[in-house]
Amino acid sequence: MTKLVPSLMLGVALVATAACSKKPPKELPPAPTETPVAPTQPYGNGETTQATPLSEQFRREVTSDTIHFALDQFDVDQESRGILDSQAKWLVAHPNVRITLEGHCDERGTREYNLALGDRRANAAKNYLAAQGVSADRITTISYGKERPIATGSDEAAWAQNRRAVTLVLN
Amino acid sequence: MKFPTLALATLCLASTAHAQTTPPPPIANSPQAQAQASQAAQQGAGQPVIDIVGGISAPMPIAIPTMPTSAVVDTPAGSTDVLGQKLADIITNDLRGSGLFTPVPPAQLRTVSFPEVTAPAYDYWGGTGAQSLVQGYVRANSNGTLTVGCYLYDVLSKVELVRQGFVVSPGDWRRAGHKCADAIYSRLTGEGPYFDTQVVYIAETGPKNRRRKQLAIMDQDGANHRFLTNGQSITLTPRLSPKLNAILYMSFERDRPSIHVYDLNSRQDRTLVSNLALNFAPHWSPDARYVLFSMSVGANTDIYRVPATGGSPERLTNSPGIDTGGSYSPDGSKIVFESDRGGTQQLYVMNADGSNQHRISFGGGRYAAPAWSPRGDQIAFTRMGGGAFRIGVMNPSGGGEQLLTNSWGDEGPSWAPNGRVIIFFRSAQGSGRPDLWTVDLTGRATRKVPTPLDGSDPNWGAVRP
Repeated sequence: MTKLVPSLMLGVALVATAACSKKPPKELPPAPTETPVAPTQPYGNGETTQATPLSEQFRREVTSDTIHFALDQFDVDQESRGILDSQAKWLVAHPNVRITLEGHCDERGTREYNLALGDRRANAAKNYLAAQGVSADRITTISYGKERPIATGSDEAAWAQNRRAVTLVLN
Repeated sequence: MKFPTLALATLCLASTAHAQTTPPPPIANSPQAQAQASQAAQQGAGQPVIDIVGGISAPMPIAIPTMPTSAVVDTPAGSTDVLGQKLADIITNDLRGSGLFTPVPPAQLRTVSFPEVTAPAYDYWGGTGAQSLVQGYVRANSNGTLTVGCYLYDVLSKVELVRQGFVVSPGDWRRAGHKCADAIYSRLTGEGPYFDTQVVYIAETGPKNRRRKQLAIMDQDGANHRFLTNGQSITLTPRLSPKLNAILYMSFERDRPSIHVYDLNSRQDRTLVSNLALNFAPHWSPDARYVLFSMSVGANTDIYRVPATGGSPERLTNSPGIDTGGSYSPDGSKIVFESDRGGTQQLYVMNADGSNQHRISFGGGRYAAPAWSPRGDQIAFTRMGGGAFRIGVMNPSGGGEQLLTNSWGDEGPSWAPNGRVIIFFRSAQGSGRPDLWTVDLTGRATRKVPTPLDGSDPNWGAVRP
């Protein structure tokens, strides 16, 4: 998207210039800014889905697509409830949207237990959304355990970021 | 591996064999050889000289010179004289890696002639400080197989302790070295063998937030390494079948966390358990007829059992906590697993039918990833506490807890088939990059297993027949 716009502008500018005058303009229009486009990250850092316009809209319009958890816990705290309320409101307003909830853990747990804990987190978020009116059959869950951290450090700050449930719009 | 039956008696005559005559070795698996070996043991010649658990003052100096060949012949495995050197290297590496032996340095190893294989130069070897001497030979047979002789001598009392021969196809030549090392090790320690084995594990590479994980198999010394999946899906926790013909593992293929079985002969992969639930942590039963695994239904994870050929899972635990990591005792009568039903991850044991579930870990830490020793006498685990993940063992009642390692991130123990060595993975703080390591029950012999990439989730297979 980002790369396309400057080219269009350049094209329009050239056409406009050609139509108005046969002499080259005194000043050439500024060259388009080189905006590096970041490589497409898998949405939510899991394996599922590419970004779609609808998923982009979701992320723009809700408070956040991610809630966080305390160490070894899967309960939805006050702040998370606020985030999920915002998501639920959007999802109720877009009844055809299906979502997946990804549950994640930090690296300070063992492999298999973390798969189960991630599943608990995903389901805790799902249950909350369902209670706010989002029909459960619109929601699938998946756990990545500690396999897909979003923060790569080995410190409390990174671990806190990795203990999360991410809501991904599928369509 | 084929073992032509030759009586033990012929060997005595062959001890003065000329260079052209190949001394035929007795074959260990023949009934005569086994009977004679146990008879020798009972007569006191078989006392183990290394007490592996009771405390070792120093590793035993042992000489392992290059194995000569009766005739230099080129084979698909290489030239027989070069094989003789490589086999000595394999045996040296295996025995040194156990932590119980100090091989005599190469500079002090003299060239052993073919007749000397059965007539050792005891005085020379005594001069190197060696207490034991391993000699052997390599012979290319007319039918394309290789014969590797394997002899162990006590240098001080000038007595032969082991005499074996292994006939292998050229592709299996390394296994003859491992079989010889196993014979030496078992004779001197009284412990079971573990060198002629394979390890399955997850080969890892890539950035920490996007690790690429592939199923892989290799010999326990790192040789003959093969990648079995392409890394496009996350694969975890592989387990080699007790029959050695298949690998259980968990895969995220198509976003469906499911249990797969990879057949090592046909190289076919099938899905054993796949449904809308989270399925993971598969383990074989000792007879390979069943698979234990964890399934998360309605956000509650419990342990189930399913026939290895497929079918309806049968539920074994039903607690509101997370129950996972279930695996059998070697006799198949009990299952050890981890559960947080009491508030934190702890170890539990139950009967194979799910009855009598009781906690066994009370050591003050959090405990996970239990593995029952093939000898039945201990359970290995990952212990979390004090900011560290450490490998430890306890007896099946929970007593006698000992920690074997002391590092930031040691996890996922698996036993060697002799129940005396454990393989696990060690992650570096920060990078999170894991490697495979082994440790013995004394906790002293810790060494890294060489792998082409990073490694995690190792599982040690049974001794190959």
